[in-house]
Amino acid sequence: MNQAENLVRIAQLSCGAEYSGIQKEIDSAVKQVNAVMVFPEVDISDIEAIEEEFGLKVASPDLKLMMARAKSIVTGKVHVDAVFVATCFRCAEAAIVRSEVRRYIHEKTGIPVISYSFTERTTAGTLLTRMEALTTTARRKSLLAREKQSGLTAGIDSGSTTTKAVVMRDNKIIGKGWVPTIKVLESAEEAYTNALKEAGVKREEIQALGTTGYGRFLIGEHFKADLVQEEITVNSKGAVYLAGKQKGTATVLDIGGMDNKAISVIDGIPGMFTMGGICAGASGRFLEMTAKRLGVGITELGALAIKGRQENVKMNSYCIVFGIQSLVNSLAAGSKPEDVAAAACHSVAEQLFEQQLQEIDVKEPVIMVGGTSLIEGLPKAVEELLKVKVIVPENAQYIGAVGAALLVSGFIAK
Amino acid sequence: MKVFIYPTNSLILSDLVERFGHEPLAIMSEIGKRVRTQGLDSPPLNITPEEPKLGLKYAAVEVPSGVRGRMALFDPLISKADAAIIVRDPVTSFGCMGCARTNELINFLIRAKKIPLLELDYPSTEEDAKEFVFKISEFLKSLKPAEEAK
Repeated sequence: MNQAENLVRIAQLSCGAEYSGIQKEIDSAVKQVNAVMVFPEVDISDIEAIEEEFGLKVASPDLKLMMARAKSIVTGKVHVDAVFVATCFRCAEAAIVRSEVRRYIHEKTGIPVISYSFTERTTAGTLLTRMEALTTTARRKSLLAREKQSGLTAGIDSGSTTTKAVVMRDNKIIGKGWVPTIKVLESAEEAYTNALKEAGVKREEIQALGTTGYGRFLIGEHFKADLVQEEITVNSKGAVYLAGKQKGTATVLDIGGMDNKAISVIDGIPGMFTMGGICAGASGRFLEMTAKRLGVGITELGALAIKGRQENVKMNSYCIVFGIQSLVNSLAAGSKPEDVAAAACHSVAEQLFEQQLQEIDVKEPVIMVGGTSLIEGLPKAVEELLKVKVIVPENAQYIGAVGAALLVSGFIAK
Repeated sequence: MKVFIYPTNSLILSDLVERFGHEPLAIMSEIGKRVRTQGLDSPPLNITPEEPKLGLKYAAVEVPSGVRGRMALFDPLISKADAAIIVRDPVTSFGCMGCARTNELINFLIRAKKIPLLELDYPSTEEDAKEFVFKISEFLKSLKPAEEAK
């Protein structure tokens, strides 16, 4: 987020944001990424004609306005660099319009677009990662076009649950570090030191360092990083790089410790993406709690789930409290631990499928990354739901660190 | 009398109500208060996350925040209404109310108040338009003037 970078014009197509009291939060988030919100001008006649032209009849005039504004972007009446489509959480009519408007702009213009459903509790902090990814896609296409890592670089991914670090030299990973996140800086120091040790290089030899994840700003400042980047962009790049699928379409799924990302990627650049974070039942934490209850390590849960059948366990809820309660009840009723493990993986995958994958175009190959992708039962459950083959690349758990090390190698010449 | 109008930002309805000696309850006054009050919390409308919470008076938390925030704006108007005029299916230029769900709730609450109410369709021909204005004027004449109502 370099203030010297060019200002990005983001069109805001929304219904209800100002009445939810969150416009100030939206404005604050865009200011932090050196962007400005613009509201495309339309005539009343455009609003009156839009339902017929767009082919979607809706009752709410603000949604008609959204569609008319989308059309003014598509027809070139308004020039913007990116689009933010937002409507109220739990409004069915708005959810349909939001999804179709996003698809319409994406398909007709190729302008980066994200959508979001908000509540009155939405804060600038929640929006920041999304805005950062949106503006990066708009202003750093040349950086994102990088397909090979060069020189000696490092990446640190300060996640909510674990901190990962890698050292790369000439397009190869030569050192890795993976520690639980306890104190952000200390965990980053430890992971980075481990990676450097394995690589056999000194810290001062590193030509460029990139940081990502929740703690990216703090560790970025501490290590004087050359690139501090949100995880949507970094993980997209890291995923297609590790999977060897840099050209064409791909879908990247990352079930993190605290939130999920589902990203539709074209030539390594994120197109549409969603980032969940409302429910812990769709996160790695759910699986961690299941493993604890089953008395196995998180690394053993996946192998256990592969042996089980989720159909044998009835789950009444996706909730991290009530869903786990269902699993406990099943164990008490005599269910096998492997069936419970499989049911937990299925629950997380199903929630991801229902809440996030409906909002993006799922195109093959589907690449699962992040630590949870190593819990074998999870990619299997996603495969069953999507009915496609899921790729889990080698070093999938280091995705953010690898993506950061790859992207930051573009900064060496500078 | 205080006459609630729907669409609540209709300048034509607001003007008609005033001409017949009544006080129009229009959304412009509520928005105006927020814009003019010192202390800009959240421009341009100065609606903060507190408003959707005030809207819980009318709708539970499973109702979208935009509906509840709008209801906080409409609350004083609905509370004060002595009479109401509801125009069904108006064109955008007559008065535009952004959210259909909010509109349904407002209209329901006004009907439930059991106050003098005129509901009529937006006219589509010139003849209908004359009839439209006539019906509104007769309704307004039938109400006690604002001074008398006090």
